Amino acid sequence: MIARINRRKFLKTAAAGGVAATGPWFIPDLYAADEIKVAGIHDASGGLDIYCTPMINCLVLAVEDINAKGGLLGRKIKLINYDTQSNIQLYTQYATEAATKDRVAVVMGGITSASREAMRPILDRFKTLYFYNTLYEGGVCDRNIFIVGTTPAQTLEKMIPYVMKKWSGKKIYTLAADYIYGQVTAKWVKKYCVDNGGEILATDFFPLDANSFGPTITKIQAAKPDIVMSVLVGGAHMSFYRQWAAAGMKKQIPMASTTFGLGNEQAVLTPAEGDGIIATYGYFPSIQTPANLEFIKRYETRFGKNAPGNIEMSAMTYQGFNLWAEGVTKAGSIDRMKVIEALETGLSFDGPAGKTTIDHATHHCIIDAYIAEAENQKWKVLESFPQQKPLDTSAVCNLIKNPNDHQQYIINVKT
Amino acid sequence: MDLAVIVLDQVVTSIASLVLISIGLAVIFGMMRVINLAHGEFIMLGGYTVVTAVNAGINLWLASLILAPLVVGVFGLIIERTIIRFLYGRMIDTMLATWGLSLALVGAVTMIFGNTTSGVSTPLGSMRVGRYELSNYDFALIGIAAATTIALWAALRFTRFGIIARATMQNAQMVASLGVNSNHVYAITFAIGAALSGLAGGMIAPLSGVVPSMGAQYVAKAFITVISGGSAVVAGTLLSSTLLGSLDTGATFLTRPVFGEVSLLIGAIILVRALPQGITGSLFKGSI
Repeated sequence: MIARINRRKFLKTAAAGGVAATGPWFIPDLYAADEIKVAGIHDASGGLDIYCTPMINCLVLAVEDINAKGGLLGRKIKLINYDTQSNIQLYTQYATEAATKDRVAVVMGGITSASREAMRPILDRFKTLYFYNTLYEGGVCDRNIFIVGTTPAQTLEKMIPYVMKKWSGKKIYTLAADYIYGQVTAKWVKKYCVDNGGEILATDFFPLDANSFGPTITKIQAAKPDIVMSVLVGGAHMSFYRQWAAAGMKKQIPMASTTFGLGNEQAVLTPAEGDGIIATYGYFPSIQTPANLEFIKRYETRFGKNAPGNIEMSAMTYQGFNLWAEGVTKAGSIDRMKVIEALETGLSFDGPAGKTTIDHATHHCIIDAYIAEAENQKWKVLESFPQQKPLDTSAVCNLIKNPNDHQQYIINVKT
Repeated sequence: MDLAVIVLDQVVTSIASLVLISIGLAVIFGMMRVINLAHGEFIMLGGYTVVTAVNAGINLWLASLILAPLVVGVFGLIIERTIIRFLYGRMIDTMLATWGLSLALVGAVTMIFGNTTSGVSTPLGSMRVGRYELSNYDFALIGIAAATTIALWAALRFTRFGIIARATMQNAQMVASLGVNSNHVYAITFAIGAALSGLAGGMIAPLSGVVPSMGAQYVAKAFITVISGGSAVVAGTLLSSTLLGSLDTGATFLTRPVFGEVSLLIGAIILVRALPQGITGSLFKGSI
């Protein structure tokens, strides 16, 4: 039911296509030349597929929407999905393939910061436009990439004072995944905590495969924080929430998270384990706007009621693809530079996640942010913060002044 | 005082989980010399048995203490009869075959259950010790690990089958010449090893959740524990689990979780360098 293209299927299709193409090669294939090819590069399998499956679904949905309205510039869009199998090596391989062999107009995808940094230089070199639709630690400054996802200044900056006030606490204990996202986000947690008059008691980092949290839970009890902040990532870390509840800590110390729910943890864990955890993203499926209700309805009709629920990254994939389409329409061309210049005029798209506007200076987006609480395996939106600017990245990046910049700044978080 | 109690509880829990995840391998590798690279997947199958059974409405304890060892034990028996028995004494071939088996199992389980983490809630609730809360499931884990160890030791020490099994592993031809069908002994011993791994998976599932690739997290630790333990199945596993588990948890408390794992590995390296035959290769010789 779910239109997934894995590598085997892809190879089969490619082989079949190859055979078909060798037939009447001398007759120019007018129809095929008329299609606009776009690539989706996501992990449809492997450990990170919990994040990527809804992203791929939303990309399919966005392409089908536009094709149903007659395509772009009168041409149909052809989506080529690559499955990177949660393997960084395949990101470089497929990014090269998409840019050189398939000559796609745009690449949508990447999930971890590592996968983005694997693809970004390749797509720069082959001059292929890139959309990264995932929330991340901030700091990427590159004219060839558009980032449609929240950064800490848009979400975390709001959540930390919010939970400190709600739970009237000043002392935070942070648990984070041990790679760039966790390391940098933990620094932001510290900064916003200290800025609001709080104190970080300790920060513990965990390898992505750690799944035994007993000693840590005891350490947290000994430190007696008012709030626990979770920046844990992936399936193995999900066991933390279980062990935390089993140790009876749920009732004692409240928890907030920058990642809880992105893998639909709130639906996998029981209400007793997940309820009350607060998170902040640029999108929650329970946002009650007509645009979102209609979007969720279409998503469920297309992929079935049991399809993995939408998360920020999937909604942003939908917004991101539509932003690119707006850019193409405005530019009247799929030429990379013309589309970039069109997008830089500050194009925006109104969709399920509200209004998303491109910020010229950073190529990030101005986005609506929300704080929500897990309740009975769903999200209850507590507060919304419309039109947040990517202030963390704009502090280090100005593509209007330095259009040739292409690096990721490790933002020096002053605390 | 209460902190001491809780730290002790964590240390013993950590030892108990090491014992559980390695005791099945101790039988299959320590006793039978079969390098079973699919050991982690045996644990994974035990975990999935529990999650599936509980979701079907079966009692958690019935599922983890009876069903998981039973299912994985029968599976182990089938594997021994169809693959392993042709490969005794051929170490490299066994490694290849069990590695292939491990990949196939991960693939098959992914196809059936999907590649997402699922799990069941940890039962039994919590208990208060001074200023701290303790998960009661820790005690269940410790109890089951202790019971398993004692049962295995008693079975090997006192039962007729235990003595025959140990004799078969030492000298199969001699045992055969005394009228014992050594093929049966091998098959049953392997099945027991698999069943113990299944039990481990069943006990771990409510703590960590299950995912097809979870075996990889345990297979290395299990091999390190068994190799450090040396030739005595029960005593070796117990001793090395105690040593490595205390190191891991101690270092986690004193520093950070990463250093816990690191100190476990460093401890194992020093141990194997100092005692190449494992702990029971030099000390406690002749124990079981």
